Amino acid sequence: MADTNVPRRSFLKGAGAAGTLAATVLTGALPRPAEAQSAPAPAAQPAPQPEPMLTLTATEAAFLSAVYDTIIPADALSPSGTDCGLVTYVDRQLAGAWGSGARMYRNGPFIPSKAEYGYQLPLTPREYFAAGIKATNAWTTKPYGKEFDRLSPSDRAATLTAMEQSQAQFEGLDAKPFFEALLQSAMEGFFADPIYGGNRNKVAWRMIGYPGLPATWAGKALEYRGKKVTIEPQSIADFS
Amino acid sequence: MATKLKQVDAVVVGMGWTGSIMARELTKAGLNVVGLERGENRVPSEDFALPGIRDELKYRQRFELMLDNSVETLTMRHAPNETAVPMRRWGAFPLGDGVGGAGTHWNGVTWRTIPSELRLRSHLTERYGRGAIPADLTVQDFGVSYDELEPHFDRFEKLCGTSGKAGNLRGSIQEGGNPFEAPRQNEYPNKPMIMSQAGLIFTEAAKRAGMHPFPTPSSNNSAAYTNPEGMTLGACQYCGHCEYFGCESNSKASPNICIMPVLRQDTRFELRTHAYVKSLNYDRRAKKLTGVTYINRNTGEEMEQPADLVVLCAYPFNNVNLLLSAGIGRPYDPSTGRGVVGKNYCLQTMSGVQIFVADEINPFIGTGVNPAAVDDFQGDNFDHSGLGFFGGGYLYPTVSGGRPIQVRGVPPGTPRWGSAWKKATTEWYNHTFPINAHGTSYPSRTNYIDLDPTYKDAIGRPLTRTTFNYSDNDRKMSVFLTEKVMEIARAANAKVIGNPNPRTGNFDNISGQSSHHTGGAIMGTDPRSSVVNRYLQNWEASNLFVMGGATFPQNPGYNPTGLLAALAYWSADAITTKYIKSPGPLMQA
Repeated sequence: MADTNVPRRSFLKGAGAAGTLAATVLTGALPRPAEAQSAPAPAAQPAPQPEPMLTLTATEAAFLSAVYDTIIPADALSPSGTDCGLVTYVDRQLAGAWGSGARMYRNGPFIPSKAEYGYQLPLTPREYFAAGIKATNAWTTKPYGKEFDRLSPSDRAATLTAMEQSQAQFEGLDAKPFFEALLQSAMEGFFADPIYGGNRNKVAWRMIGYPGLPATWAGKALEYRGKKVTIEPQSIADFS
Repeated sequence: MATKLKQVDAVVVGMGWTGSIMARELTKAGLNVVGLERGENRVPSEDFALPGIRDELKYRQRFELMLDNSVETLTMRHAPNETAVPMRRWGAFPLGDGVGGAGTHWNGVTWRTIPSELRLRSHLTERYGRGAIPADLTVQDFGVSYDELEPHFDRFEKLCGTSGKAGNLRGSIQEGGNPFEAPRQNEYPNKPMIMSQAGLIFTEAAKRAGMHPFPTPSSNNSAAYTNPEGMTLGACQYCGHCEYFGCESNSKASPNICIMPVLRQDTRFELRTHAYVKSLNYDRRAKKLTGVTYINRNTGEEMEQPADLVVLCAYPFNNVNLLLSAGIGRPYDPSTGRGVVGKNYCLQTMSGVQIFVADEINPFIGTGVNPAAVDDFQGDNFDHSGLGFFGGGYLYPTVSGGRPIQVRGVPPGTPRWGSAWKKATTEWYNHTFPINAHGTSYPSRTNYIDLDPTYKDAIGRPLTRTTFNYSDNDRKMSVFLTEKVMEIARAANAKVIGNPNPRTGNFDNISGQSSHHTGGAIMGTDPRSSVVNRYLQNWEASNLFVMGGATFPQNPGYNPTGLLAALAYWSADAITTKYIKSPGPLMQA
């Protein structure tokens, strides 16, 4: 329990202790996947300067950093979720209109109902993430004596698996849908256009071979049919 | 107190496909028409421009072009004995919004329908005998035949510049087209789209499985085209951003590209956006609408718009909600099966399987319209004797864009996260696509629409309540259709075949299903079993017409746009050639 009293510095530095050995700053193109699989992991590089958070507390940022580094671990294919910008991504999303519950029907009554009917809580996404993080940290503190971000990589993975498989019973909050929200935010941040703060340097697009914009293929649809397309991906920012 | 506006000849509620078609036909006939649209006025050159329109997070995940759930949503429940809860965010489907409606974000799949779907009860009774249709399967006849609609399907295809290959030209089966197609008078206006690699794989596999593949009719447009309204559409860019997105190359047909520019120039037409219709003003004694009342969403003001003719062209839920709120027609009661308004609410029964192949698929080079399809197992194109269900659908590969947040197939058994997931995603992203079944949704007694007793929308109106689950008939149909999908998958030389997902579970608001909603204001030839007559005229208020999917007694296994647009032209023809000359019921009850 001792280290829970250590103030969290930046989430990036905190995450480093738990094994972002392959954390890297992307300055150029990643190797193509085929090469990447035989190449050694990208060498460790200095972590980027911690970015100021718009809404996340240090505890929340550390939690999400640890979650995203578990969902998207640094390996030969990409840097860690945090180094791909996912904490920045989710911070901006939660600080913005979506996080505040824009475009969401928020009138009561709020009736517990079948999971099939979808999200039914009165919480905005910002409030829901805050509640979920607290509930997860409270849950991991029981068996491990530590909050999620202080766990070893294997204990983090075991925690997420327990949530995903509905084996974790949280106090006052259903673990499985919160896991799904975390996974969804990770995938959105990883694969969305880099203008949102994740997918830094189009790392996820390069990884899978998604060419991004402008996607005007009329003259190429036949030429490229059935052939591998190797194109430097472009983002909205590259056209703006 | 509402501000009373000057009387107009006609008011059109909702400016999507049917609203713009109807407004155009009525103004051409000399009527002064006001178009009321709750959402934004959309200008493609401004709103659908590069680079911002290629934003998967904004348009697909956050549904920027779609109806804002805080303005209006639906409530849902599986059965009449449950308490419905609101869809707080779209999960199963989003609904469209703004000028263009669902015609802005559709994929452009443009089907006609097979004749038997339009006279389903008669057809099934003739083929399988009296008593063959179970009591719970409340299928009906549309009251209009394919032959009557044929010229109107043709008009819509010409409006859109639909790309395809005729399969049945005036009764003569054509090589390369859909041999199950009903006779057409004319070829498609444009040649088929370029077939993608997935389309080629599907086509070859379907042939090996003994089926009859053909290029899917598409309003994404294979070449530049000028429609009979004088509007020019561009050639498709295969950008993979059709559904959920507006089209920056003006190649995907939409109301904003195909009709609205003409209407915007027409002095007989006035478009009012941010106009949320609150009520239909019904003179019960005279059996006539006097007009509609709407809220100006910019100012909050309540406006009364008197009109001689009212045409409901909003989404099925809104059309039905307005009828129920006004007390026009008897509400449907699932416990007795009596009443008509809200009856026969249907969705679409979707299923499929992911296949993994050696070929480079390039899913990001695609169009909203699936490249190919087979219609062998559509509707009653095959013998249902002894199968225990009715209905069917078309089968097709989906390669409508490799947008990576959403489109990433991995083989069964792959974890959903971690290094193993990353490796599989990287390995298979360019080597996988699903083969799907687009199935009929046939009505059952307990699937219906009414007004929610608890939840309200942004202007204080009751939300529309949906009571829906997949029926036994449709689940059996889905198992059958999914097995046909598997026959194609097994013939496709796939390295891995995923787990098939027949629609055997409950309807939910978590996984994407379909935004093809029909029923609730169904058409027919008998006022005891339908809301509107065969001309889409309300049985009770003769100056009220209802358009769109709401009028389908059941949902055929086709994307509904082609049929609902043909019905709009059919109804407009009846209004302009008969009704205007002599206002009153076009059919006797």
